[in-house]
Amino acid sequence: MIIADKKPVEEIIDMVKGCKKILIAGCNECVTVCEAGGKKEVGILASTLRMYFLTKKQDVLIEEVTLERQCDHEYLEEIRGRIDRYDAIISLACGVGVQFMAEKYHSMPVYPGVNTCFLGANEQRGLWTERCQACGTCILATTGGVCPIARCAKRILHGPCGGSTNGKCEINKDIDCAWQLIIDRLKALNKLDDYEKIMPLKDWSTDRAGGPRKVIREDIQ
Amino acid sequence: MMSLKTPSRLEKVLASKHFAVTSEVGPPRGSDPVIVEEKGKLLKDYVDAVNVTDNQTSVTRMCSLAACIRLKLIGLEPILQMVTRDRNRIAIQSDILGAASFDINNILCLSGDHQSFGDCAHGQNVHDIDSMQLIQTARHMRDEGKFLGGGDIKRPPKMFVGAAANPFADPFEIRIPRLANKIAAGVEFIQTQCIYNLEKFELWMEKARDRGLHEKISIMAGLTPLKTAGMARYMKKRVPGMDVPDEVVKRMADTPKEKQGEEGIKICIESIERLKEVEGVKGFHIMAIEWEEKVPEIVKKTGLYPRPDLK
Amino acid sequence: MRLKYPASIKIILVPCTGKVDILHILRAFEKGADGVYAVGCMEGDCHYNSGNLRARKRIEQAKKILDFAGIGGERVQMKNLSSGEGPLFARYAVEMHEMILEMGPNPIKMAKKKKAA
Repeated sequence: MIIADKKPVEEIIDMVKGCKKILIAGCNECVTVCEAGGKKEVGILASTLRMYFLTKKQDVLIEEVTLERQCDHEYLEEIRGRIDRYDAIISLACGVGVQFMAEKYHSMPVYPGVNTCFLGANEQRGLWTERCQACGTCILATTGGVCPIARCAKRILHGPCGGSTNGKCEINKDIDCAWQLIIDRLKALNKLDDYEKIMPLKDWSTDRAGGPRKVIREDIQ
Repeated sequence: MMSLKTPSRLEKVLASKHFAVTSEVGPPRGSDPVIVEEKGKLLKDYVDAVNVTDNQTSVTRMCSLAACIRLKLIGLEPILQMVTRDRNRIAIQSDILGAASFDINNILCLSGDHQSFGDCAHGQNVHDIDSMQLIQTARHMRDEGKFLGGGDIKRPPKMFVGAAANPFADPFEIRIPRLANKIAAGVEFIQTQCIYNLEKFELWMEKARDRGLHEKISIMAGLTPLKTAGMARYMKKRVPGMDVPDEVVKRMADTPKEKQGEEGIKICIESIERLKEVEGVKGFHIMAIEWEEKVPEIVKKTGLYPRPDLK
Repeated sequence: MRLKYPASIKIILVPCTGKVDILHILRAFEKGADGVYAVGCMEGDCHYNSGNLRARKRIEQAKKILDFAGIGGERVQMKNLSSGEGPLFARYAVEMHEMILEMGPNPIKMAKKKKAA
């Protein structure tokens, strides 16, 4: 899922300087699971901002809402009736939700309350780690189910590089060397022969390099 | 051995019965060409070719290509080191052609240290293709005379293609399959990471020989003379993929400070003499960064001077 | 034990301090509370294993927010004791009461009064 992390409150306050009526909008999906932008976090941010503005003697209205998702028209529509009450929205959804909200409410300033970080998994509560770079052409079948694009700091397709030490990456002892993981998996799957296959040059046009991407499914349009 | 594919002197020496000798020059953190030339002049008659590093450890320096050209112009044979960290496949092919336009005939294909080690830790890395694919690209441009995109190259490059190998990186059991991969990709010569653990290197060579790899390509043993005991300790603890045995550190530490440099050179010379006996070792790559003035002594004391006159 | 403790303390009973949510704390201050403290079992003796440890973490989080908001993180405290320690309970109450007296009222109360005026 999409992993996000709270932005520092100081940064958020700076964004909404001068605003008097703010809606904080959370999202019930990914950001709830990684405890960055769900109903609870909306409540905490709202309370923090209310207390802050009160002690600063500023009269600012802070209201709260948590939508099912912010990347779907139908849920964003739910706030159409009340949107005129506000002069800014702080969205705690991922970057997708912030933008979709901004597109829908074209003349309403929408500010991001979280930093959207990566596509990752929940290793344990409080620890989420990256697994996928959404390169658009999945090669996991050839790498034993471990992705070198997302998990190798140099995204090399024939690793490990000379810096791999004790199964860890040269840039940080806490980061697993993706190629060590791939080799271990290929061994466990009895497929170590696959290691010596030479991979073709990657087609990065299905990645960010090719420009903003689209998936169209005519069969369901 | 096979017939020569390029005008490279290094290729010629490796194909002969002589040990080849290469060394390394790091370009300056500035634009002064004289610095490059001075280093080149120190090495000129003692090596067959000189590597020019490419923003090594991600510290921004004068580019390898420009420094290679400087060396070529004063009569040395450069080896263009090229990392995939900083350039995409367009720039890679373009730089190869730039080098070829000055008749630079050797390339060493590398991934490059991660940018977080250097002076622009916030920068992007590219790795559009990896070092394996860079080997393929250099061979493709030379042997097919074509760009990656399919078009014909006017006056294709004639590069002798090399890569690095690290017998000391983890995991050990994959190092030979990785070498085999590089050979399958088209590499023609290998320079290893600098060797202090001779046993481990000999074991790696044995495994390479088991697969006949030593006959398919030319393996050059890498060496770096230690300047101080501190350097030995630093390399042991702080440099990934480096294996400095305790005995070596102890030998340096037990030597009085003013004699440590001399001892380091002695160790280097002893290593070369031992490695000469290892079947499959075709040459020596002496990396004495910022200590280039010691290379002539090492080359002379190991009986590798003068360099063969091969016309 | 019928020990005395200050009348300023309002007690809210919970089965375990682990039940105290950070929003409970923050909203109390929003509404004008001068101080909030949670009294839980000794660490290691939580009847529900680690509820009191969670409470401590939430109180630490609340402290940071209250400091940032200009209210003062000292106003929220975590206290531990075992259920038989009546005198300690009374002492904590007195300590809290005196500390808050020294700190003065919650600045939000003043701000709200001004707004109403």
